[in-house]
Amino acid sequence: MPEQPDHEPVQPEPGAGPAAGSAPDGATGSAAPSGVIHDIGYRGYNGPRLGRGAIARALFVHNLRGMYGLGRSGRSKVLPFGLFAVMCMPALIMAAIAVVLAQQGLMSQLPVPYSRYAVILQAVTAIFLAAQAPQVVSLDLRYKTIPLYLSRPLERVDYAVAKAGAVATGVFILLATPLVVLYVGALIAEFPVGEHTADFVLALLGAALFALVLSGVSVLIASLTPRRGFGIAAIVTVLALSTAVVSALQGIVGHAEGNMTAAGWIGLFSPFTLVDGVQVWAFGASSSAAAGPPGNGGGAVFALVTLAVIAGSFALLVRRYEKVAT
Amino acid sequence: MLNPTIVRLTAHGLLGGRRLLVLGSLSLLIVALAVLLQVFAGVNEADAADFLQGVSFGTLLPLFGLIIGTGVIGSEIDDGSIVYVLAKPVSRAVIVRSKLAVAVVAMVLFAVVPTILAALIMAGNTPGLAMAFGAGAVVAGIVYSVIFLLLAIVTRHAVIFGLVYALGWESLVGSFVPGARELSVQQWALSIIDAVETDGFVTAHVDLGVAIVLSVVVIGLFTWLAGRRLAAMTLSTEE
Repeated sequence: MPEQPDHEPVQPEPGAGPAAGSAPDGATGSAAPSGVIHDIGYRGYNGPRLGRGAIARALFVHNLRGMYGLGRSGRSKVLPFGLFAVMCMPALIMAAIAVVLAQQGLMSQLPVPYSRYAVILQAVTAIFLAAQAPQVVSLDLRYKTIPLYLSRPLERVDYAVAKAGAVATGVFILLATPLVVLYVGALIAEFPVGEHTADFVLALLGAALFALVLSGVSVLIASLTPRRGFGIAAIVTVLALSTAVVSALQGIVGHAEGNMTAAGWIGLFSPFTLVDGVQVWAFGASSSAAAGPPGNGGGAVFALVTLAVIAGSFALLVRRYEKVAT
Repeated sequence: MLNPTIVRLTAHGLLGGRRLLVLGSLSLLIVALAVLLQVFAGVNEADAADFLQGVSFGTLLPLFGLIIGTGVIGSEIDDGSIVYVLAKPVSRAVIVRSKLAVAVVAMVLFAVVPTILAALIMAGNTPGLAMAFGAGAVVAGIVYSVIFLLLAIVTRHAVIFGLVYALGWESLVGSFVPGARELSVQQWALSIIDAVETDGFVTAHVDLGVAIVLSVVVIGLFTWLAGRRLAAMTLSTEE
């Protein structure tokens, strides 16, 4: 639970509270009570009260910190920071190699384009989401603490926005940091600035799409169960199994049967290949899947499905929180 | 050997409620994909072998092993109800064996049978292939159940560690680093498949003898270790 921004003041209400009717000296209580037994001289809070937005922001920041184990025990920092390091290490190595080799004139491009980085290291992202998304939502469900949040001027929608936003931002940080490392490496290596800046910005947009799609699906799955372990298993099953199924099907249909159009359409069915297809169509990236989206119309369908997945998973999440813990 | 009451309770806990639906629909998915591939793409035996290797052995078996292996005991340890089982005059080794039996039966039902069905659908003309994949899947299912059951007893974060193992070790390291293949359950299973089927659709990287010996050693040793750990378990609440 986040720190409350202020303390609840003792506000005596006339006639309420146990003290009003049971005063020991036999006072009738008919006179308007000017003070009550609880008032022991502390000053009440008369300052400005932070409203709905501030509570939602506090919840967002708290959950974003929680994604990386900040403000939690040392043990819960190990996994997120370990995965963060695993995610950034290849970028760091590639950037260093690029800088060294560029000085000797042996290299004029990064070994891996920015837009493919997230797809190549998708296992890391999948584990990060599986481990951290249930941590954000399942404890409130398990210990039934949601009514405590809702007793404040916080709406159910705000709660859902704060939770989903925190997970999406956490994943975006995980995906964007190695891109920044690669970009800085490219700048130091004095690769063409304009071209690299454009690619880098487009890859950041792609990372944002990845973050929205993946976190939307993951938070929705995690919000369905109060058991953290089951949430972890369910998320990773969806992410890993869809990837494995799609890549196996694309391999068979595309390469063995030679039907690249059908293989392209199969890419719709896994989050990673879906967003990868949007990158190929909208940003002109090179496809990481066995087959990219079929033609321009296909790319547009990929973009529409991506938007539908983001909007749909969020709408379902809001619906889920409208019913839960009333 | 087994305690019927513990078996019944474990089966109820593992498959009660929505879990049965989730696990069942995932296994149906594999069969449905096999049907779709057969109808629309007309796959041959080599494609079928590739598909089963990537989807069933690369992903389905490790993940189901993770869910089922930790599921038979992890949730009881999590919510503390394991105390009521441990307080009974039942040997801890019997508890472990009972839970393991449930896990293995569940693995066979939800992962091995769909694999065999998918193989029969896609390569019905060569029933040897389905038999080989079935044999490999049974071995992998048992070994995964034992590994993840032990993991669930050793640590409360079994699912996360298991995940890093299943995705990191089995999928990445086991596929690329030659030396690590000797210690990859997936490669043991592939070695057994390679030995049973004779047409060479699957190439194994590990010797059959090594695979069998290591599988048996892991099953025996880890079951014994799980019993020991459960006997010496301290009940504490972390975090």
